[in-house]
Amino acid sequence: MAKNDLQGTLDLLVLKTLSQMGELHGYGIVVHIQRASDDLLRVEEGSLYPALHRMEQRRWIASEWALTNTNRRAKYYKLTSVGRQQLQDAEKNFEYLVKGVRAILSYA
Amino acid sequence: MSRSKVNREIDAELRSHIELRIEDNLAAGMSAEDARRDALLRFGNLTSTKEHVAGADTALTLDSIWSDLCYACRQLWKNPGFACTAILVLTLGMCASIAIFAFVDAVLISPLPYQVPSRLAGLFESTPLGPRFHLSYLDYLDWKRQNKVFSSVEAYDSISFALKTATETQRVEGATVSAGFFRTLGVAPIVGRDFGVGEDTPSAPRTVIVSYAAWQSRFGKRQDLLGQTVTLNGEPSVIIGVLPQDFHFALTGQTEFWTALSESSDPKNRGNHGLSAIARLKDGITWEAASSDMRSIAQQLAKQYPDSDEGRGATVLPLTEVLVGSLRPVLLLLLCGAVLLLLIACVNVSGLLLVRSENRRHEIAIRGALGASRMRLLRQFVTEGVMLAATGSLLGVCAACGAIHLLKLLMPVNMLMDMPYLKGLGLNLHVMGFAVAIGLAMANLFSLTPILRLSLADLRTGLTEGGRSSSRTVWSHLGANLVALELSAAMVLLVGAGLLGKSFYRLMHADIGFQTDHLASMRLLAPLSRYAKDEQQVALARHVMDETNHLPGVQSVAIAHQIPVANVAGGNTTFEVIGRPQHGSEDESSSRNVSVDYFSTVRARLVRGRYFSEGDDVSKPRVTIVNRSFTRKYFAGEDPIGRQIRYDATTPAIEIVGIVDDLKEGPLDEEVQPVLYTPFNQEPDNAFFLVARTAQEPQELLKSLEATVHRIDPEILTFNAETMEDRINHSQSTYLHRSSACLVGGFAAIALLLGVVGLYGLIAYSVSQRTREIGVRIAMGAQRSSVYKLILKEAGRLAAIGILAGLICSVVTASLMRKILFGTQPWDAGTLAGVALVLSISALLASYIPAHRAASVNPVEALRAE
Repeated sequence: MAKNDLQGTLDLLVLKTLSQMGELHGYGIVVHIQRASDDLLRVEEGSLYPALHRMEQRRWIASEWALTNTNRRAKYYKLTSVGRQQLQDAEKNFEYLVKGVRAILSYA
Repeated sequence: MSRSKVNREIDAELRSHIELRIEDNLAAGMSAEDARRDALLRFGNLTSTKEHVAGADTALTLDSIWSDLCYACRQLWKNPGFACTAILVLTLGMCASIAIFAFVDAVLISPLPYQVPSRLAGLFESTPLGPRFHLSYLDYLDWKRQNKVFSSVEAYDSISFALKTATETQRVEGATVSAGFFRTLGVAPIVGRDFGVGEDTPSAPRTVIVSYAAWQSRFGKRQDLLGQTVTLNGEPSVIIGVLPQDFHFALTGQTEFWTALSESSDPKNRGNHGLSAIARLKDGITWEAASSDMRSIAQQLAKQYPDSDEGRGATVLPLTEVLVGSLRPVLLLLLCGAVLLLLIACVNVSGLLLVRSENRRHEIAIRGALGASRMRLLRQFVTEGVMLAATGSLLGVCAACGAIHLLKLLMPVNMLMDMPYLKGLGLNLHVMGFAVAIGLAMANLFSLTPILRLSLADLRTGLTEGGRSSSRTVWSHLGANLVALELSAAMVLLVGAGLLGKSFYRLMHADIGFQTDHLASMRLLAPLSRYAKDEQQVALARHVMDETNHLPGVQSVAIAHQIPVANVAGGNTTFEVIGRPQHGSEDESSSRNVSVDYFSTVRARLVRGRYFSEGDDVSKPRVTIVNRSFTRKYFAGEDPIGRQIRYDATTPAIEIVGIVDDLKEGPLDEEVQPVLYTPFNQEPDNAFFLVARTAQEPQELLKSLEATVHRIDPEILTFNAETMEDRINHSQSTYLHRSSACLVGGFAAIALLLGVVGLYGLIAYSVSQRTREIGVRIAMGAQRSSVYKLILKEAGRLAAIGILAGLICSVVTASLMRKILFGTQPWDAGTLAGVALVLSISALLASYIPAHRAASVNPVEALRAE
């Protein structure tokens, strides 16, 4: 299972998840990323929550407490307009990164 | 948002995460217990995650730094012994180095208050006796005209004026300067005008510029002062300007009245050397070029006027060098001493911090296990280090403030006046910058020291005591190096103090050629208007001596043109020995006119020949008595008695009738120059010193001396009434030697204390860590004496390394300070051996206590304690 080694990838994954799913709590993000990547990526809680907190400080995401379907209180995160912009930039950067790395790997 | 609320939120969020996972696990069919275990396991360390989340919050970061600070405070508060020792040691070190740096800054770093002071030069004539002698008016004019390297050359001379006030005649400090003097310095009067070109010729009307202080005290800051007339030396002079408040020129002292050069200008006599000169270097001219240009001019003058200028050269020095050159080595020495002390203080505190971090391993390990991040743990040490450094610096600055004030008070008043640049002494921007720089360096040192000792592995093994032994050897190694460093630094300071102390002792007990006790002296200046003729001056001198002789307690009275232990020997004259071919360069000597009883009054020793007698007056052939140095220099291997000399071809022959032992005419720490003593009756003067030997305390006589002279003639100025012992104690050379010996001695004492305490701490710590080992040894049957040997050997090795390294360093340091030692060699074996002995004994004492404690370990208790 791949770990999130590339700097900033976690932020990208979280932002993308929120843009696709709308509002989600931390656990939901972990589960979504694991499922959506067919179990290839697993986010560690130890790094997820500091990242969420940091992104909230930068106003990329906003949070509020709400009830889950099972009537449990949880903190839900959603993308802000700043976060949407940030997501676009991050996606672009990632494309470049992937292209570059692939080019290096396939260099004969 | 308060910290606790944020913490609660984070907590709630993380818990809800775990609960959600448990729900999912249950839904997936796990048992309640398994579901919970799996959720917790997957989540990992809850506390650590919480810390990380909080760490991402800037507001919380600030908050946590504050809590770190509080924690650091509590830690220091809980260990008052450690905190007080560390802070006191740092305060001492900071105080010493800041106070000394303030002096260095005021004297050596702060630029002179003139325009582009780095281009200002001091000019002197060099003679066979040395490089810095006065120049004559005619030489000055030639230098000014012929040089190609200076944009201006200006002469000055400091003199005392007799100022006539409404009620009396007062002596005031004055100077006479050439017209462009202030323009060369780049200083303009704040009221009125500067001297105009040509105003410094003897025929020009007398004008005077007053200092700001004189304007304030003598003229009540009146605006209508310009154009007023003051009577200086009996001649009316018109006031034309007032100088700025912060203007000072150290070489003329506390000058109140500045007149245009006329008193010291003698347009006929090239041999009359009485002027000093300053000059401003043209742009692009180097000091070497200036020196060589001036030298070639002097050489040409020597050829042109062999009578007066033969053997004379020129000396060009930066003005700063002239002003503070003699203080530089002393100040730098003191600064080195202070910095060394600071270094020892820092090493000591670092040692303490190391021991503390060692003892806190357990606490650190627990905090680490509870989830404190490594960063957070390190930050705690940084916070504590910074706090220690900050407190030490703050207190150090305050203490330095007091120390500077105290040092200023301890300085003789007349010396402070000679060093106006000390006015700016205090905590200015430079000094504060220095203090901050040291503070930052200390903060770094104290934060890094414990961190170096705390690797990540240590944090893990800290809980298990097994990891202790390896780290302990590392610590003892590092700590031992520090203590050896401390001891050797202390050794350097002790040797320095010892040498300086010995120098001072030698200086104070040097043979100065006469008996200094029970001597009172006072300077007299009789107005030339009424005492211009030789007979008048001789009669006045006789009258003064007669009257003083009748004062109660007075045993004998004498008169001399100059008396010994002056800051500058001066009063030079050139001469030739009659009947000896002139050998190129001229002979030069100091000259002193003294009364008949002078040598018997000061109790100088006659080597050969005779003293002067009452018969040696103007009607008789001229006679002179020379000192031993004169004989050695000009009559080596000959008998000078009966030989004749003369000043030049136009003056009468003078017969040498006696030789006296050298009297220390100049500074105590300088060689005595050749001196010619001539009878006052044959070469009288209107200014002279009165010297009286008394049966009782000379202090009591000073007032009545003054009263007596004023009874004879109230217009005679009297000044510098002092006892000979005070004169010696207040002389600049005495002060410099005494203060440097005292200060370095103080530094050394503190350094010794710190070094010994450091050694004690290290050995005591080592013993406390080895209690079990020692217990086992004793249980196995080891003798108590072998335990002593074990501990003392360790201490002895350290002390030996420290002392040996110190010995080498001190010889090197001492040879660097050779310049300021007097009558003492840098490798003075007695001092070195004495200091080594003192350090060894102190080290032995410091290690005896812990060794004794080790030897009295009860093996049963030592083993049970583990």
